[in-house]
Amino acid sequence: MIATPTPASIDATAKLLDSANYVADRALATSVYLMLKMQRPLFLEGDAGVGKTEIAKVLASTLGRDLIRLQCYEGLDIAQAAYEWNVQRQLLAIKASERTADAHIENVIYSDEFLIKRPLLKALQGKAGAAPVLLIDELDRADEPFEAFLLEVLSDFQLTIPELGTITAAEPPLVVITSNRTREIHDAIKRRCLYYWVDYPNAARELEIVRRKVPGVDQRLSAQIVAFVQRVRKEDMFKLPGIAETIDWTRALTALDVIELSKENINDTLGVLLKYQDDIHALRTRMQTVLDDSASQ
Amino acid sequence: MLATNVLHFTRILRDSGLPLGTRSTLDALACVEVAGIETRADLKAALRCVLVSRAEHLVLFDTAFDLFWRDPDIAAKMMAALLPEVSGRGTAKPPPPPPTRLLDAMHGQQSEAAPQPTQDPDELEFDATLTFSANEKFQRLDFESMTAAEWAQAKDAIADFALPVKPIRTRRTRGVDRGRIIDLRRTLRESVRTGGEVIHLARKAPQVKPPPLVVLCDISGSMHRYTRMFLHFIHALTNASIRTTNAGQHVEVFLFGTRLTHVTRQLRHKDVDAALERVASAAPDWSGGTRIGACLHEFNQRWSRRVLGQGAVVLLLTDGLDRDDIHVLAASAERLGQSCRQLIWLNPLLRFDGFAPRASGIQALLPHATKFIPAHNLQSIKALATALSA
Repeated sequence: MIATPTPASIDATAKLLDSANYVADRALATSVYLMLKMQRPLFLEGDAGVGKTEIAKVLASTLGRDLIRLQCYEGLDIAQAAYEWNVQRQLLAIKASERTADAHIENVIYSDEFLIKRPLLKALQGKAGAAPVLLIDELDRADEPFEAFLLEVLSDFQLTIPELGTITAAEPPLVVITSNRTREIHDAIKRRCLYYWVDYPNAARELEIVRRKVPGVDQRLSAQIVAFVQRVRKEDMFKLPGIAETIDWTRALTALDVIELSKENINDTLGVLLKYQDDIHALRTRMQTVLDDSASQ
Repeated sequence: MLATNVLHFTRILRDSGLPLGTRSTLDALACVEVAGIETRADLKAALRCVLVSRAEHLVLFDTAFDLFWRDPDIAAKMMAALLPEVSGRGTAKPPPPPPTRLLDAMHGQQSEAAPQPTQDPDELEFDATLTFSANEKFQRLDFESMTAAEWAQAKDAIADFALPVKPIRTRRTRGVDRGRIIDLRRTLRESVRTGGEVIHLARKAPQVKPPPLVVLCDISGSMHRYTRMFLHFIHALTNASIRTTNAGQHVEVFLFGTRLTHVTRQLRHKDVDAALERVASAAPDWSGGTRIGACLHEFNQRWSRRVLGQGAVVLLLTDGLDRDDIHVLAASAERLGQSCRQLIWLNPLLRFDGFAPRASGIQALLPHATKFIPAHNLQSIKALATALSA
């Protein structure tokens, strides 16, 4: 991969995202442009399946950067996120040095060679001009102590290892943080980032996304699908279908050779679109109304 | 000129409640410089990504932006309005109020968040004091000041209060004397003391923490007598000091009568009377009817995913007397019971001897509660705490 420089304007950023089939609206392109220009992390919040993680992937592929992904989970600690000493090897090295009576063994065992690098540390050691994309995915799943630790990394792009010293990035990585908002992230983190709320797309943009992601889809069917999904999002649901679900559903319907949406084929494939039994049941009872409404649009 | 405008715009947002500091203003200026000001939409997007950090502030920001950057006259007027405040905050002269148009716009979001209810003449609400009310009673509850004795009692009760829930075992570890897991890193570091010879094996064990607590408190007419005591209790929980067993516990508080109100922020005030004063003005539906089902449904749709992560325990304070559609209540209670780790129901009606859960609302709720606590004599917060820790 050859790293390309970051785009020089908002238009160029929009074009860049577009070239990787990411249909972004202008406000998102602006946020991405600012993130690249100001070298600040981008904090993306929104419901599941609206394309948050995708932005990091698209940035990595279009800019020719490595994508370093840190999937967050409860109890994630420094050893898993940043670095860990390879203690087993250190012990072996000490044993081996006993025979040779190496006086500088301490310098040896606390060196780069015995350090296991995890995503955060790797992200800080990118080459200048080719800083990697660091994706911190679903930060809301990690706990608060981890957020506190992230503060140092995100504000100064440096990491302190007590035995080794402080490691500073030659060039700050392009940081994308996502959150599904299953809990509120502390304001201190948000303040260091550019915030963007990723919403469900409007009908025109969703249609564009579907047609790009499912290239073989019939024009008329895709329009029907998008109109139906947009209408479903107005229903009172526990979990509204995201774009990911729309794309999956379109693929499912195409695979079944559906030409036109009908009550029957929607019923058969509803499990692709909605993931809660309550929601599926609620929609089945109101199917005719929803279908008629979406057809009239 | 643009810099001044950005500065004033940030100030207006801060005054209307967004958490913005000087850092935000500097960020905003830097952002505008980078993004350029060719188009209005770009300027808006650029400012938005530094000045907004919560989805719920988006509407407020958009309204303020549209108003502020539309008409330079308004900006000038706003500046004039804000000027006395800039020149000296300490002086007694109150600043003249900003133009009504802008004030309305600034508070547009709040009135949107709490719309006046459409009064449905067919809907009768029946509360437990055996009176019919044709519509919601929008009363403000006047809290009596808490007496010093009550305050001391509450603090005592909280000090040795522990929820009847097991702490969650986290995946994070800490160093202990005896533990199952050997802490290799610490072992090696400690071996330096003994000249590189490993003599003592350092151990670690998983940490435990109290689960987050979500309190749903009924403030309808039938609960009127207990609400104040409950709120004192919740306030103490929210502001539990470091010495208590609940240190570090995350508490979210919601009130409901005919609608759901999130009052965690209002309750954070250290002084209990000031906190309850704020809570009272935040909830519009004091001592009105009850729509438990509808409120729980709203909680499930809007909040459950945001606050019920991380193994939260829900504390439901209600008498369960609901005159609404019982199917909605049953379905919402089931969803709530499934979304949280534990659903603890405190029912003040249980103080009556021989109480049998016959009311349909209670029967709908009961199967989904993990614990059903007979909180006798709720006049005393001490008794409640004891009942909970038992």
